[in-house]
Amino acid sequence: MSKSKIAVQVDDLTVAYNYKPVLWDIDLEIPEGVLMAIVGPNGAGKSTLIKSILGILKPIAGSVSIYGQPYEKQRDLVAYVPQKGSVDWDFPTTALDVVMMGTYGSLGWIKRPGQKEKKAALEALEKVGMLPFKNRQISQLSGGQQQRIFLARALVQDASIYFMDEPFQGVDATTEIAIINILKALRKANKTVIVVHHDLQTVPEYFDWVTFLNVKKIATGPVKDIFNDDNLTKTYGINYKVSIQK
Amino acid sequence: MLGSFAVLRKQSLLGDAISHAALPGIAIAFLITGAKDSNTLLIGALISGLLGTFWIRGIISKTHLKSDTALGLILSLFFGFGMLLLTFIQKQPNANQAGLDKYLFGQAATLVESDVWLMVIVTALCLFVLLLFWKEFKILLFDKDYAKTIGFNTKTIDILITSFIVLAIVLGLQTVGVVLMSAMLLAPAAAARQWTNSLSVMVLLAALFGAFSGVFGTAISATQNNLSTGPVIVIVASIFVIVSFIFSPNRGLLFRQIRFIKNRRDLELHKTLSFMFHIAKTHEDISHPHAIKILNNFQGFTKGTLKKLVDKNYVVLNGNMWSLTNLGFQTAANLYNQQSKNDE
Repeated sequence: MSKSKIAVQVDDLTVAYNYKPVLWDIDLEIPEGVLMAIVGPNGAGKSTLIKSILGILKPIAGSVSIYGQPYEKQRDLVAYVPQKGSVDWDFPTTALDVVMMGTYGSLGWIKRPGQKEKKAALEALEKVGMLPFKNRQISQLSGGQQQRIFLARALVQDASIYFMDEPFQGVDATTEIAIINILKALRKANKTVIVVHHDLQTVPEYFDWVTFLNVKKIATGPVKDIFNDDNLTKTYGINYKVSIQK
Repeated sequence: MLGSFAVLRKQSLLGDAISHAALPGIAIAFLITGAKDSNTLLIGALISGLLGTFWIRGIISKTHLKSDTALGLILSLFFGFGMLLLTFIQKQPNANQAGLDKYLFGQAATLVESDVWLMVIVTALCLFVLLLFWKEFKILLFDKDYAKTIGFNTKTIDILITSFIVLAIVLGLQTVGVVLMSAMLLAPAAAARQWTNSLSVMVLLAALFGAFSGVFGTAISATQNNLSTGPVIVIVASIFVIVSFIFSPNRGLLFRQIRFIKNRRDLELHKTLSFMFHIAKTHEDISHPHAIKILNNFQGFTKGTLKKLVDKNYVVLNGNMWSLTNLGFQTAANLYNQQSKNDE
């Protein structure tokens, strides 16, 4: 793994909302082409880490680089799937419209999406199995369907690195399998995928790379080497036992 | 029109705060120039409106106060200050002072031709900017963080939207007045939201509703003496809202209730049919007659439902015996499949 390129590099990152730091002195290297889970208890700063890497939050100290360059210069390479709960789903718009938003970034200011963008959006909807729902008002979609729409919006961006904030939260088994299959397909295409994840049981099955986070970085590396009771205990503070299938 | 954005941003009260914040601007502009030229006064209103808005944003981002607290605070502060200045002006020996209080409730009759032209120009400008930055406005409203990650300067878009809301409000002040302006901003948008699930249609409808209330309101107040225009316009706009809440086909209360009742009836009918189906199934001959009495054990059965089933040719009645028809049998057998198909 050491010979592969570094997709995301985080140095000395510290983030605080008020007085108490949410992230403390994080150093992290994510190699290209991994499917990585970020795990940690509630309030460990998992979403904050993603948001700081993406420049949504301003860190107190530290720097982030994407393929050796600051994020601002590498936007085209990065796609973000926010938490489903972060938007108002009663917003008057359709599924296709939301997916089209994925093309806005490459369009830039003022220019409007045309046929090419629409075609890309339809293809992405097809990939997540949501094509029949393209004209649905987004409030009339189930939670799992909304999540898939968000995923499709990121797919449209055709990025190299994907950040996803809890894509498996509150979705049923069918959607979970559909999403993980897409993630695995992305990895096959040598894309880097970083997922905030809560279900520890499925980590060894879904991911090949993992980062343990609890304000500080506990450990990061290949799942088969570091996903063990020792690191879980350090992260969650209780003696957490999982059966690890190696 | 711009009200749509305020409603969707859940910042409806912002309009209220802005219009109240404009009052001291009007008063100060009058004190400085000593003239009642409406353009000067409006520029004063614009400046203090913007000032109020950015103070509100400052309070929200710098302190832990909720946005409604910040809005309320600024609203009453500016309005109080404005009232203070108005009373001060009234005590001054200046013949021009009369009529400033028109801005409180608005008076369309004070409009002169140049005011109308100004409105037309600014409206056209708003429309132009709206069309130009449609995509940016939309993505900011829906998902701000995401907009940031794909490279839009969300602060710029935000300031742009807010500035135009302020501009629209200040222009409306002369007609509707400080106190009622926010209704003028929000009512058309709230009404429009009921009729559509598309942002573009919503904005268009809101503009139409707004224009209609303006025209109707003015017409009504012109036919009666001593009816001031502003309140009449707002009442007309509110009627649009009430009608929309009740009668709009998808989100309206009336049709929702009708659909709800119809659904219940359909379900009752289906339940009865499937109950009959289970009895009929046990016999070789599906149209073997059964006594109506058996059905009394089934909860929810009424003579009405039986009659409806007969009307639909699902059931044949013979004295006090009933039997399923072929059609009824088939329908009942496929009932569950059919329902899941309807769900898509």
